[in-house]
Amino acid sequence: MAILCNSRPTFTRFSRLSDCKNAKMAVQFTSTDDPCMPFSDSALIEADALCFSRNELPVFGPLALQVHGGETLMLKGENGSGKTTLLRVLAGLLTPESGSVRICGKPFCRERFVGLAAYIGHRPGHKAELTVTQNLRFSARLHGRDDAVDMRRLVDDCGLAGYEDTQAGKLSAGQNKRLALARLQAQGRRLWLMDEPYANLDLAGIDWVNRLVQNHVASGGGALISTHGAYAAPEVPVRLMEITRSAAHA
Amino acid sequence: MHEFTALLRRDTSLMWRKRADAAQPLLFALMVCVMFPLAAGSEPARLAHSAAAVIWVANLLASLLVLDNLYRSDFEDGSLEQLLLAPVPLPVVIASKVAVHWLTTALPVLLITPLLAQMLFLPDAQLPALMLSLLVGSMLMSLIGAMVAALTLGIRRSGMLLALMALPMYVPVLVFGAGSVWSAGQGLPWLGAIWLMSAGLALLLVLAPWAAATALRIALS
Amino acid sequence: MNSIVLWFNQTGSPPRFDAFAARWTSVCFLIATVLLAIGVYAALAVVPADYKQGESFRILYIHVPAAWMSLMIFVIMALQSAIALIWRIKLCELIAMASAPIGALFTAVTLISGAVWGKPTWGTWWTWDPRLTSELVLLFLYLGVIGLYSAIDDRRAAARAAGFLAIIGVVNVPIVHFAVTWWNTLHQGETIRLIGPSKMDGSMLWPLLVLVAATKFWYLGSVLLRTRALNLQQESRKQWAIERYGVQS
Repeated sequence: MAILCNSRPTFTRFSRLSDCKNAKMAVQFTSTDDPCMPFSDSALIEADALCFSRNELPVFGPLALQVHGGETLMLKGENGSGKTTLLRVLAGLLTPESGSVRICGKPFCRERFVGLAAYIGHRPGHKAELTVTQNLRFSARLHGRDDAVDMRRLVDDCGLAGYEDTQAGKLSAGQNKRLALARLQAQGRRLWLMDEPYANLDLAGIDWVNRLVQNHVASGGGALISTHGAYAAPEVPVRLMEITRSAAHA
Repeated sequence: MHEFTALLRRDTSLMWRKRADAAQPLLFALMVCVMFPLAAGSEPARLAHSAAAVIWVANLLASLLVLDNLYRSDFEDGSLEQLLLAPVPLPVVIASKVAVHWLTTALPVLLITPLLAQMLFLPDAQLPALMLSLLVGSMLMSLIGAMVAALTLGIRRSGMLLALMALPMYVPVLVFGAGSVWSAGQGLPWLGAIWLMSAGLALLLVLAPWAAATALRIALS
Repeated sequence: MNSIVLWFNQTGSPPRFDAFAARWTSVCFLIATVLLAIGVYAALAVVPADYKQGESFRILYIHVPAAWMSLMIFVIMALQSAIALIWRIKLCELIAMASAPIGALFTAVTLISGAVWGKPTWGTWWTWDPRLTSELVLLFLYLGVIGLYSAIDDRRAAARAAGFLAIIGVVNVPIVHFAVTWWNTLHQGETIRLIGPSKMDGSMLWPLLVLVAATKFWYLGSVLLRTRALNLQQESRKQWAIERYGVQS
């Protein structure tokens, strides 16, 4: 069933630039300063009447969602229901047809998003030619977290102990997933957008992801997880949102 | 700055891992310069007449062939996405990529240019002009290529289309570069064209990363 | 001012544009045909022969309007793409992409008429005249834009990418012209200028102006027709399209 979206977008990339001028001065990109600090009661991320279509075929929308600190929102939907697209729209990688995304109550802006959130998608997001440690170290440096991250503990925690100097290309798909999640941890952001984090993982891996999310949420972070179902959810406050092709019921 | 160094180090380690691949543009340029005498005859006078042009075109073609590698690997394993979501401005990311790309693909070809010049009997008077014009020209070609290569990221097997898109953009670089060498051969003043190209380079050093960033965002949407 | 902006806003919506294009396409083509007929007749029969080049100079009446159009269309294409990229207006993307093949064809006409002119005048089908060489590079730029547009699956992303290429291209065009002119003076004596200083007598000028106007109307008619087709193709599943034209399979 087609839901027609309003073809006039309510925000454009260039209008976001002017909102960001102040954001750039206020935000330092370490985990201690975070665009949400003074506004900890507003949702970390919220979407309003969000619509997306590709080649004039609606993919999802209009939908609304919110993620607050200390909770997890699980996005459940079958393959092809638009979960990945939704996450990419929330991350600012895609521009929606209409609707708006707000970070801590303020209009979306790349700087605000980057200061607040980290995203992992389907693809590994790290280089196959570099070793586990090199990949993690690069990610930490890129996000200004070089001194804040204990590399050894991180590698141990994610179950890749003994593989520190193995090239990522030689690891299995599940191990690559663990590396991606370790990278997510290393970035130290408050909101996690995770696209099918359970994919390729064995039961121990799924448990580990749940524990990760649990710890993250317990310390005030938020998580938005997309999954196609059939996995045990983490033991934290979880809200479920079902998304089907061009419709969403939360 | 700290992040720029991190990016440079990463791109350099990646290039180092695939250092065998880095020899390919060099070999290609060498082969083009071997093909030419095979096709046109090995008369020194005739070769000397077109040597500069052949070396310039060989450089241009080699640059076109490696253009796709600039973003392709990062795009396919999702690192490009992550770089887009990093606190570093995207133009800085691109600047570091182009710098490493130039160092590993264009610089080697530049270094064997005296050898190619010898093979094609280039008159000695033209060699400084050739080296200088290739130095500036290859940087220009890398920067222009960075803008155009971003647009074809979403297309599979886009090598030929990319080359066809980039070629018209390379025409002014080729004309001024090869033209300066020809002027040097005629005993005419040749630095003017080089200065013009350098002015273009100064402009593109600022504009190209920004334009390429816009192109990348368009291609990844 | 307000009413003009309002008109643009309204016409920019796909169903309104469809009606607008349907109405004005044939009018534009009709005017273009009439002007073409007058212009070509005047160019062939009315205008006296040139004292230097004889009858063969008459090809100028096709060559020059086509050359001007090839450049003007590229600029329009780049402008529309810029508007589309900044304000995300669907219709501007379509106008830009519809203009590309028209511009390419005008460029081809310029090149062919230039070649036809070269043959009786200097005996060769091709001369490396700076203008012709720039036109050739312009043709490659057009083909690059058309090629990129057809290579990407997502139509809107394709229009944005090809539009961006057009914007880079439009900056490149004057640089190429400058470079090629310099190149021509460098290798002086090896090439000949195709068109001399443009001082034409009034009696020879008016058919040129008529033909320039004719090509402009031709472009307008063409772009309206092509944009309408692209628009319908894109919107074929929408309610208004189904109501107006029925379901397309």
